[in-house]
Amino acid sequence: MLNSEIRAAGIIGTGSYLPDIVLTNGYFEERLDTSDEWIVSRTGIRERRKADDCIAASDMATYAALKAIEDANVAPEDIDMIIVATVTPDMLFPSTACIVQKNIGAINASAFDISAACSGFIYGLSIAEKFIKAGNAKYILVIGAEALSKITDYSDRNTCILFGDGAGAAVVAKVEESMGILAAYTGSDGRGGELLKLPAGGSRLPASCETIKNSLHFVKMDGSEVFKFAIKIMGEAAEKALEMCGLNKEDIDYLIPHQANIRIIESATKRLKIPQDKVFINIDKYGNMSAASIAVALDEANKAKKLNKGDIVVLVGFGGGLTWGAVVLKWA
Amino acid sequence: MIFEKVQEKIAEQLGIDTDDITMESSFIEDLGADSLDIVELLMALEEEFDIEIPDEEAEKLVTVGDVVDYIKNNQ
Repeated sequence: MLNSEIRAAGIIGTGSYLPDIVLTNGYFEERLDTSDEWIVSRTGIRERRKADDCIAASDMATYAALKAIEDANVAPEDIDMIIVATVTPDMLFPSTACIVQKNIGAINASAFDISAACSGFIYGLSIAEKFIKAGNAKYILVIGAEALSKITDYSDRNTCILFGDGAGAAVVAKVEESMGILAAYTGSDGRGGELLKLPAGGSRLPASCETIKNSLHFVKMDGSEVFKFAIKIMGEAAEKALEMCGLNKEDIDYLIPHQANIRIIESATKRLKIPQDKVFINIDKYGNMSAASIAVALDEANKAKKLNKGDIVVLVGFGGGLTWGAVVLKWA
Repeated sequence: MIFEKVQEKIAEQLGIDTDDITMESSFIEDLGADSLDIVELLMALEEEFDIEIPDEEAEKLVTVGDVVDYIKNNQ
């Protein structure tokens, strides 16, 4: 077998970027029929970031990527592949990944976007793991980047309080034997596609005066159905990934869940019987950043030295599609 | 029997005393639940009693008694 010596792929560097503009709950109190108390008790969110009008997903992705590359101590030319997970690409094409490639000068990379909504970063890690293990790539940049403020209807109090902007990145490469990504599990159920979507702007409903008038270029969500799905699938996905590498939930040292809603995280971790001090939470500061949430959380946990060598770290996400997934890492 | 189990689940979910939960208690008005608590509670009851509560039915369940009756009729 070619490259038979490569058997372990792991994360060797992380980076993130959050825009400076902060929208507190007070911002929404002044404009909508809502309150800080309601938002905090239902979602756990206190503030979220918002990109400036001139900033797109690729800009935030670029900043996060540069930090991850520096953290990994590699050069842009060393990167073989760039995967960007986003539901807010700069445009339909070229891909946001190609724009990042140009920005950072990763001239040897192949670059593409993936669409798996909030699960996108998990999907990206899963793809990267396979390319590294197969010996087809040495360094892969996986980025979750979202400018959700651009697709948020700020007159819809059910959704606008939830979303924030940001980007996180990780460099995936060969690591020492039995370390790194031990399992990557992904799943989908297209039957639930209606629950969370951005209806217009694609080939089904191209942009028109009608689609604009009907607010169809904004994210739509059936909150209570998504809530139910999320609570169930978070535990199931984590357990499935652990099972793939012969571990169980008692082995988890640190859980980094998708930051959609504190109530989802609390409910799911209660079902998994994982103590709250093993769960990384930053939703209070950033809200739900879709594909960027886990990527930013991973970087923050890493930089805060919460992840020690040999720790079993589980990343778990769920989102529109419906999609879900979990990655089990032995931190290298 | 069903009432006691339901009472126990509600107490656990909402962090309240079982003595405060009667058949007449309204989840929102009397027990201080919000819509997400109710979703979680119904999921827990679905698992406990091995039943399915469709959304259109869930909307009609206002009091503890409503839930107990629903479980009785659908078990």
